[in-house]
Amino acid sequence: MKKTTKTENRKSRIQLAFSQIRAWLLGEMDPYDAVFLKEEPPLVTSRKELADPHLDTFNLRNAFEMRAFQRAYNIAGILVCIVMIVSMLITVSWLPRMGADYNPNNNEVSERYIEKGMEETGAVNIVAGMILDYRAFDTFGESCVLFSAVCCVFILLKNASHGATAAAEENDRIYEPKNDVILQRITTVLVPFIMLFGVYIMFNGHLSAGGGFAGGAVLGAGMILYLLAFGFAKTSRFLNEKVINVIVCTSLTFYCLAKSYSFYTGANGLHSIISTGTPGDLISAGLILPLNIAVGFVVACTMYSFYAVFRKGGM
Amino acid sequence: MDVLKILLMLFLIICALTVSRVKNLLTCIVIFMSYSCVMSLIWVLLQSPDLAITEAAVGAGVSGVMLLVTLKKIHMVDGGHKDEKDDENGKS
Repeated sequence: MKKTTKTENRKSRIQLAFSQIRAWLLGEMDPYDAVFLKEEPPLVTSRKELADPHLDTFNLRNAFEMRAFQRAYNIAGILVCIVMIVSMLITVSWLPRMGADYNPNNNEVSERYIEKGMEETGAVNIVAGMILDYRAFDTFGESCVLFSAVCCVFILLKNASHGATAAAEENDRIYEPKNDVILQRITTVLVPFIMLFGVYIMFNGHLSAGGGFAGGAVLGAGMILYLLAFGFAKTSRFLNEKVINVIVCTSLTFYCLAKSYSFYTGANGLHSIISTGTPGDLISAGLILPLNIAVGFVVACTMYSFYAVFRKGGM
Repeated sequence: MDVLKILLMLFLIICALTVSRVKNLLTCIVIFMSYSCVMSLIWVLLQSPDLAITEAAVGAGVSGVMLLVTLKKIHMVDGGHKDEKDDENGKS
């Protein structure tokens, strides 16, 4: 009885496939419909499997719900793809024509940035002048986003329990050699230079390439390397949760207050007490240098605390 | 210089294609980090050293380390074999 239904099933499937191909060739049906209606090939291949009574009961791939879900999943995936492609194509079609004289890259803002950037901000590196003087609130938003990301990671990953799993997580050297001599020696040589390079990138952000974000990332990477080599006991002497909170909050508050002052005086045409200095000096470019340092501190602390929280669930 | 640029671009494309084909997650992360390194070289060639420094520090350094830590956290460094063996022994 069962055997006959199986063979009938197969026969009807073959007929369906032939009718689909004919409809496709005659132009009555979209080829995409053929893709949608294509069914799984019958799983039953040998006589032994046919005889097994459990196969029909527990065969999840041929169950009605699974097949319906699979079809809905395929259709939903293709629909999402089509929506994404269409929305992106519409966005592209709204872009201005290439080379037209009314394009955004030809307006007066970028011209002014390039021509008067050094004179107005005092920064030799025009990019630093742009992101920390003209568009400083964007960078402030970025720093705040980083800070809130750290808060979210803390909320999600912090280990509140002190059971066996917490102890296992705390002892982060279960799978690693303890006190690896090669790593420690190399770290002792490398970390001062990495830190120095990070500080250089941070302090020279207004003179050469770099800036607060890149310098802070290098500093954070150096601290992570030190942490890898010597463990949490050494680093938590100078960097713990409280210190990081104080540093990050102080940097963000300083950034907000300094930029508010400069925007207030600039917008009202008042005289600012912060002079831009001579372009090219280390102490010049007004607020850009301290703002770079503030951003660098925020980024370095963020990188370090990300690593610590991911690794140990706390600091 | 053009030859170098084309070579780097080709390497970028090869990295992007292989990272989706490779099964081992650790290999994926290493390929991703090399992708970032090549990308920072291309930023230098495109005369934007600011982006190059940030890409090298964040893309090749910190995010790679973060991904490695995540891999260790979910015990997938050895392809998950160690975890399975622990489960069989009842150590979980």
